[in-house]
Amino acid sequence: MSALKIFRDLFHYNIEFAIGLILLLVVLTVSVCSFFSPYPPMDVYVVPPDVPPSWEHPLGTTSRGQDVFWQLTFAIRNTLLFGIVVAILSRIISLFVGLISGYKGGWVDRVLMSINDTFVVIPLFPILVLFYFIMRDQMSWALLAVITALLGWAYDARLIRSVAMSLRTREFTRQAVFSGMSTGKIVLQEHLPFVLPIVFSTTMNNINWSIGIEVTLSVLGFTDINTPTIGGMIYWANQHTALVSGVWWWITFPVVLVIMLFIGLFLLAISMNEYIDPRSRLLRLGGQV
Amino acid sequence: MRAYVTYLSKRLVQFAVVVFVGINITYLVTHMTPIDPVEQSISAATSFGSTSPEAIEMMRQSLRQLYGLEGSPWEQYVSFWKRILVGDFGPSLSAFPTPVSQLILRALPWTVGLLLVSTLLTWFLGNLLGGLAGYYRNSRILRAFGVISMGLKPIPYYVVALMLLIIFGFLWPILPISGGATMASDRSNTLAFALDVAVHSILPVLSLMAVGIGGWFMGMRSLVSNVVTEDYVIYAELAGVKGSRILRSYVMRNALGPQVTGLALQLGAIFNGAIITEYVFGYPGVGSLLISAVHAGDYSLVLGITTISIVAVSATVLLIDLLYPLIDPRVEAH
Repeated sequence: MSALKIFRDLFHYNIEFAIGLILLLVVLTVSVCSFFSPYPPMDVYVVPPDVPPSWEHPLGTTSRGQDVFWQLTFAIRNTLLFGIVVAILSRIISLFVGLISGYKGGWVDRVLMSINDTFVVIPLFPILVLFYFIMRDQMSWALLAVITALLGWAYDARLIRSVAMSLRTREFTRQAVFSGMSTGKIVLQEHLPFVLPIVFSTTMNNINWSIGIEVTLSVLGFTDINTPTIGGMIYWANQHTALVSGVWWWITFPVVLVIMLFIGLFLLAISMNEYIDPRSRLLRLGGQV
Repeated sequence: MRAYVTYLSKRLVQFAVVVFVGINITYLVTHMTPIDPVEQSISAATSFGSTSPEAIEMMRQSLRQLYGLEGSPWEQYVSFWKRILVGDFGPSLSAFPTPVSQLILRALPWTVGLLLVSTLLTWFLGNLLGGLAGYYRNSRILRAFGVISMGLKPIPYYVVALMLLIIFGFLWPILPISGGATMASDRSNTLAFALDVAVHSILPVLSLMAVGIGGWFMGMRSLVSNVVTEDYVIYAELAGVKGSRILRSYVMRNALGPQVTGLALQLGAIFNGAIITEYVFGYPGVGSLLISAVHAGDYSLVLGITTISIVAVSATVLLIDLLYPLIDPRVEAH
């Protein structure tokens, strides 16, 4: 089946996929709008402050004299980009650990998995806060992405390992070993294609997780607050006590948009999971499992 | 019994690994970053007005001692571990001279209480409703519940807490939105005080539950809908065993194992959520303490809370692992 046909089928028969895709497209459209913004993202007092939503400013303006809509386009773009960068970096680590651990087995597996379980169990948030505490003003967007990726790979590495373990005992692996392929080649050429579907669905969840981290840290002011992000917008709104002073649009629209992103990604992840697991597809069609 | 001992020793080793790696991460973060925290603090302290070079030198000396930056890297590493093993993080800078451990001990009961109540409630309700939804698949109420809880699941704790704060703080102010108890409350009247604490904990508990319940619900639903198609369940149905009994002792019991393991794996994330929730609702626990410590620039308190939360969370995971054979006796047979 071609990728396009799978896509069309999913859209038609899987309501979660359709809703998720639509939500994600809305968010993407908003973030693309940032390229057409009439105001630079960092400039303040470019428009009259505290204007409620109107024709001129569809989502109102902030107390810092920024247009909420245009500010939002930059914020969602940076936030989304953050999630994608973290997901890509952490995918590389989890693929490496998962594939090697599953293929090698034995003590390599045991050592890697006990390190892996450590990262699953320990509370990561205090560590990130400690990291910010040490870095302070040096904390940048890119640095936070790297450290989040370094902490957030473990859960998916275990999933990948479980697939790799079952591949190890398959005929073609044995044949590859006997024909003298190196470990690296077997893992990359023979096993990687089998774990890719899982990698895609975990990517969505990982983006969600890392954006959650980013929003939370920036709301507390524990990141580079000068890069516009969704969390950063909420941070500035809180600094100006937007809710108490009645500037609700400053905080509501970023929250609504980021919730759309979360739910969209989450729905895509579960519908992909269903697609990967044929039993649930059969259930959906009304068959017996 | 021997199988249980093997199982137990494996879990203990894993506990040791978690603590060892976790503490090493905090060491790496505090000692291996290219930024010198001492110079950072000095530049922050001296950015207003001029300070004499002698005073700065004295400040530098005492800060280097505080951050454990004296001596060779190996000596620094050993003294780092020493401080953690004894649980002595020195005096807090922001609440000088109260020791850090005392501040944490004061905040800990709030966090433990909040986490215990919310986690147990979330886990129990999520599994119960998920089990029912997997068994009675045509129930409309349970389906609606599934959709709502699924919609809340991917939203981070902060956003959910903020939404609850807006709803109950501004739109419909019936619940206290801040603090662990009324400020000048009389603690001698135990019953009234307990009630006061309970009322104050409603919103934090509710926001932790709102985020957490969907995961257990969905997990249990899919586990149960797999188990109900097993032959022994069909046999029990044909033999006329009551539906409620099949669900409780035949289906749920068998699906419970993975959910207990899942709880152990989720604890770290739940703890992260509690930190944020405490901050949003001004709950006087460890999370609020951590965040105010960062704002106050209190290094020893931040380090103390980070290491203690690593040890506490992994100890709780160990406890769940040790109790696991009660739910799944097969562990002992292996």
